[in-house]
Amino acid sequence: MTVKTATGAPARLPERAAPKQGLWAWLNKRLPVDEFIEEQLTGYYAPKNFNFWYFFGSLALLVLVIQLLTGIFLTMFYKPGELTAFDSVEYIMREVDFGWLIRYLHSTGASAFFIVVYLHMFRAFLYGSYRAPRELLWLIGMLVYLALMAEAFMGYVLPWGNMSFWGAQVIVNLFGTIPGIGTPLVQWIRGDYGIADATLDRFFALHVAALPLALLLLVMLHLVALHRTGSNNPDGIEIKEKTGPDGKPLDGIPFHPYYTVKDVVGVGVFLLLFALVVFFKPNLGGLFLEAPNFEPANPLSTPEHIAPVWYFTPYYAILRAVPDQRMGALLMLLAVVSFLFLPWLDRSPVKSMRYRGWLSRTALALFALSFVALGYLGLQPAEGLYVVLARIFTALYFAFFLLMPFYSRIDAVKPVPDRVVYHAH
Amino acid sequence: MRTEAGRPRRALLAAALLAAAGAAPHGAWAAEEASGGAQATAGFGADWQSWHAANDVADMASVQRGARNFVSYCLGCHSLKYERWSRLAQDLGVPPRLLEQDLLPPGDKPAQYILTSMPAADSQAWFGKTPPDLSLMARARGQDYLYQFLRTFYVDPASQTGANNLRLPATAMPHVLSELEGLKRAVYRQAAGTAQGQGTQQVFDHFEQIAPGRLSAAEYAGFVRDTVNFLDYVSEPTQTARRALGVWVVLFLLAFTWLAWLVKREYWKDVH
Repeated sequence: MTVKTATGAPARLPERAAPKQGLWAWLNKRLPVDEFIEEQLTGYYAPKNFNFWYFFGSLALLVLVIQLLTGIFLTMFYKPGELTAFDSVEYIMREVDFGWLIRYLHSTGASAFFIVVYLHMFRAFLYGSYRAPRELLWLIGMLVYLALMAEAFMGYVLPWGNMSFWGAQVIVNLFGTIPGIGTPLVQWIRGDYGIADATLDRFFALHVAALPLALLLLVMLHLVALHRTGSNNPDGIEIKEKTGPDGKPLDGIPFHPYYTVKDVVGVGVFLLLFALVVFFKPNLGGLFLEAPNFEPANPLSTPEHIAPVWYFTPYYAILRAVPDQRMGALLMLLAVVSFLFLPWLDRSPVKSMRYRGWLSRTALALFALSFVALGYLGLQPAEGLYVVLARIFTALYFAFFLLMPFYSRIDAVKPVPDRVVYHAH
Repeated sequence: MRTEAGRPRRALLAAALLAAAGAAPHGAWAAEEASGGAQATAGFGADWQSWHAANDVADMASVQRGARNFVSYCLGCHSLKYERWSRLAQDLGVPPRLLEQDLLPPGDKPAQYILTSMPAADSQAWFGKTPPDLSLMARARGQDYLYQFLRTFYVDPASQTGANNLRLPATAMPHVLSELEGLKRAVYRQAAGTAQGQGTQQVFDHFEQIAPGRLSAAEYAGFVRDTVNFLDYVSEPTQTARRALGVWVVLFLLAFTWLAWLVKREYWKDVH
């Protein structure tokens, strides 16, 4: 199928001979289609040693497309407004042809987005993908994450269930802890003295227009930045530093077809798990769709426990771990913002966890444990042992970032090989 | 809102269906509940918090019985404002003639939503609270909640309606099913006080049947289960179609993923 070079790395696939005339040539004279495909896919070299953790970038893109498409159809039937929102969602669920499917795809997609993005981010922690020369790539990725959090939060308010209402109440009120401008700021966000019709309508506008546009732009920038630096890999070695006589990386393979066919397998496995939830467990035991949200928003009746959806609960647990609400909100903000500083906190001479010592490995394991534990604790009532545990894990969470300049520098590292480790199957 | 004229005919309809409900067999569930029934005389209900509805929306006969129960006993006060009569008939396999004759309130069209004829202002005045719409109750509270609620009414002279409930204490709902279940009273026992040292306090121990109803304990449990099963269906009418379609989607994706893996393996033979 392909010609192999002396080094064993496959040379570029034989190109389809571009026709000198015809529609394709006509098109390419006016739009650089062939050039784009060549630069971004067939001529874009990715390290050949990607493992399991490298599926989640393309999967995040897939979920984004699912959300955009299902979102467009939901918008055709959803009616914002406090008197119509809840009813219109039930109308979609019951009377719109396959409306239930579109809605479940969208609600499951929201959770899937965060699962995929969290795994994608963990991959960066594991192999030092945020390190130079990819700091900007990491920062843009973090902006994608922030935009996604805003998008998900506002989308969660739209069905106007009782948990939507009270969740919005709690989260929007956090802005009230800002000294001086807090109260007027909260009113400005809500457009009313409480979470009300005006709030719902503006969240709808932001959810279906402003934030999706921002997300698309940021994701595009994320990809452009990725293709400028090239992908990192599980060994944390820059493949561009070892090139063959043709100037191509010795350890690189063309993204298309090798990673397109590989990612399609990942897509298949992902969609299988996704379909199992959509068709057989759309509530996922109250994690993806919460029971109180099947009651319409009621300002006079508070749900027994107000908890955000699972993907926000790590931060929610940090918020509640602090007795002072203002300090709690500040710490919660810091918990998210800490990620931004990662490229400059990490002082290890190597990128990948494969060649780091036990200090870095233990630190990362404890951080991952804290994140999951805080996620669990954020779903529990804030009382007794739960609060004590939340405080311990909050301390561990921040210790990971604050102590990183020290432990990453003194950690014993192993020698990094010249070339990536790859075993052909 | 329906007119006043509809109400007497509703009562007649309810009475007719009620007679049918009493006569209907509850089949397999009667046997399953038999052991519970035997305990009824000696006192039962100590374990009410672990009662499960264990209903199955695929059991169409049960959902149909539940629909009949709903129309006979619940529709007087509660609506299903998101479900149309025609949708119910279609999903439950009720022929149009039967729908018109036995279920549809006089004057209602099949395409109309299932709404109670009780004016909200009246029920607000009578009960202090308009009875909630039940379309989504099974999803909001869960099937077990509804099952336990309908089975833990007991006589309480202190209550305005003469009845109280373990699942939802001080409920505004009267025990409308008492003629089927009969009357039972709650027996309490003394329990050690709380940590604050308040001496002893009364906690629920078990139920005691004080007047028989038209159904045995086992039959009543089956009646409640059918009703919960119907409410489960109403809370998501598409759920049977959802699971049926899901099987095909999963089978397709299994085949797709397997083929995709074969393609990947073939391509990656080039990579060394």
